[in-house]
Amino acid sequence: MKIRSQVSMVFHLDKCIGCHTCSIACKNIWTDRQGAEYMWWNNVETKPGTGFPTLWEDQEKYKGGWELKKGKVELKLQNRAQTLGNIFSNPALPTMDDYYEPWTYNYGDLFNSPLGDDQPTARPISRIDGKPIEIESGPNWDDDLGGSNIYAVNDPLLDNMTEEEKRRLFSIEQLFYFYMPRICNHCLNAGCVAACPSGAIYKRAEDGIVLINQDKCRGWRMCVSSCPYKKTFYNWSTGKSEKCILCYPRLESGQAPACFHSCVGRIRYLGVLLYDADQIEAAVKAPDAQLVQRQREMILDPHDPKVVAAAKESGIPDGVITAAQRSPVYRYVKEWELALPLHPEYRTLPMLFYVPPLLPVLNATQNNGTQRVETDLFSSLENARVPVRYMSRTLAAGNDELVIKAYQKMIAVRIYKRAQTVGDVTAEEAAAALAKAGMSAEEAEAIYHLTSLPSYQERFMIPPASREGDIEETYDPQQRKAEAGFGRSQGARRGL
Amino acid sequence: MLDILLYVVFPYVAVALAVGGTIYRFLTNQFSFTSLSSQFLETDIQFWGSTLWHYGILPTLLIHLGGFVAPKLMFFLHSTPETLYLAELAGKILGIMALVGAGAMFYRRVASSKVRMVTTPADWAVLVLLIVQVVLGLWMAFGYRWGATWFIHTVTPWVVSLATFQPAPQYVASLPLIPKLHFLNATLLIAVFPFGRLVHMVSFPVSYLWRSFQLVIWTRRRVKLN
Repeated sequence: MKIRSQVSMVFHLDKCIGCHTCSIACKNIWTDRQGAEYMWWNNVETKPGTGFPTLWEDQEKYKGGWELKKGKVELKLQNRAQTLGNIFSNPALPTMDDYYEPWTYNYGDLFNSPLGDDQPTARPISRIDGKPIEIESGPNWDDDLGGSNIYAVNDPLLDNMTEEEKRRLFSIEQLFYFYMPRICNHCLNAGCVAACPSGAIYKRAEDGIVLINQDKCRGWRMCVSSCPYKKTFYNWSTGKSEKCILCYPRLESGQAPACFHSCVGRIRYLGVLLYDADQIEAAVKAPDAQLVQRQREMILDPHDPKVVAAAKESGIPDGVITAAQRSPVYRYVKEWELALPLHPEYRTLPMLFYVPPLLPVLNATQNNGTQRVETDLFSSLENARVPVRYMSRTLAAGNDELVIKAYQKMIAVRIYKRAQTVGDVTAEEAAAALAKAGMSAEEAEAIYHLTSLPSYQERFMIPPASREGDIEETYDPQQRKAEAGFGRSQGARRGL
Repeated sequence: MLDILLYVVFPYVAVALAVGGTIYRFLTNQFSFTSLSSQFLETDIQFWGSTLWHYGILPTLLIHLGGFVAPKLMFFLHSTPETLYLAELAGKILGIMALVGAGAMFYRRVASSKVRMVTTPADWAVLVLLIVQVVLGLWMAFGYRWGATWFIHTVTPWVVSLATFQPAPQYVASLPLIPKLHFLNATLLIAVFPFGRLVHMVSFPVSYLWRSFQLVIWTRRRVKLN
């Protein structure tokens, strides 16, 4: 058993209000530079919708992730020899048009226009070449346009929905949408790492953060194509690829990443998962329906003494093991099985998990919205306004059962709390709901607490970076202190 | 005197600049080693330009190197009229591919305002030098036929003489103007190698063929004691 630690994440989609504060926090810190203006390491999408970059989930177009071919897992983009053959022109590179052309406004015109009868205007100009542009797309261009016949209708995930479900999706007062915040999934079997011809992308063993070594990157751009989530970006100015770094400088000093820290809906959880790296190969070869289950099996119980001993043997510091034992992510993903990985069928083993959204809880077959949750929802989950099939296509590689199980638990918690706080549900009904979802009252209470009332410390269980030991091993601490915070002072400039 | 300057001093200076400059740049500014691709901003012409150029010029370059490193083998390969004719034909096709590709790349840098934004004077210099070199090469291929054989009796001894530090410029000094210009421009290209985007040649990632797919690195423990 080769145990590694991974700083993992859970996003509780029921709590996301789609305010984009996370995106702005990230943008202000990391990507407010030339060449990176168009990048959104964190973005929030409206689903059903086309997403960012447009139609990123359409892997026939972008060739991201892995494919199971005759029992072997291969990059969908190309094999090793093809990588070298195609190195002069990437065959599936999304271009700026697939994202959007960044722009600003010619504010100077407001002040410098000659006196006249008309109000001066600030025309939009491209941030690439400074020419006036027509703005035809932008970050979150289809925000809140669930049900749109121009955008949402093109969602690649609608392909396996029934006609009835599709009709409902696009009819007024019945349509639904939810928000999906996305960052890099810091995968265990990352497509970007595997596709990089230079070997510049790597996973940090300490915390599992996937990083691009900017010195080793040679700008071949294969990572951009091979990441099925399109979370590696090519900086057109420096000629290097960049991606979410999970704010590792913040994590190392005990702070939550900026997008987590600023989250208004407090939907984000962060904590350590211990996993068995020896199981990766078998897990990515599992058939679609079993992918989530296999991934859960890889994640080990940090309370198990055997696991703890093996973790120590694998070089995981005590502080990290303690953090893993208190990890909110472990509870959501493994203990409660509420959180599911985004598109496990890409076989990258993403380590960012989503609790599927329950809202709106209304049954699609009833229009007045007056039905009582406890009587209707279990029987009509199949007819729920958020179709289970859509969620399972997003979060469970088409395995409806996993999504239904998570929903049943979430509904049971609601009924249980409603019996306590509102009182229009009897205790027997609540007990029956818990029994049906296969959970105890304590578990419901714990889920309620971590969902609704968690403190900052409960949401973010950040492992200690064990700096002191490592620093003393390598540098004179006084010298390190003098240097801390300063890397190379050279700017990231294009070419020579 | 001029011959010694052009065919002895200049090549030595050029190679010293290329080797020393590239190593210095790699050690001090590895960040600047990249393909500097602009495919993200314009992909349609880039595909034809870049593919034709690289698939034309790289085999050509390797064949040239073969003439220096294994002249006997090359001579043997060209020893019958049929193979010589085939070699001439292949050289011309590769050269035309490279020229068309470079022309396409030149065109897109002029035509696309976005690509122009990421084009530096050094990029223009390299592109123009390369196009001049390919044009001169094709001029020789059509104007001074059977280069595959005369190359081995003129250029090869000259380069070997330089490599063994017994310079003999007389092997090339009496050749016509066009071949001479081709050699001088080649030397110039070697000299400017570390100062522009040409350094991406040394980053060709052969090791991708055998490296393991996933890379996991202990960041801190890797730091060595000093």
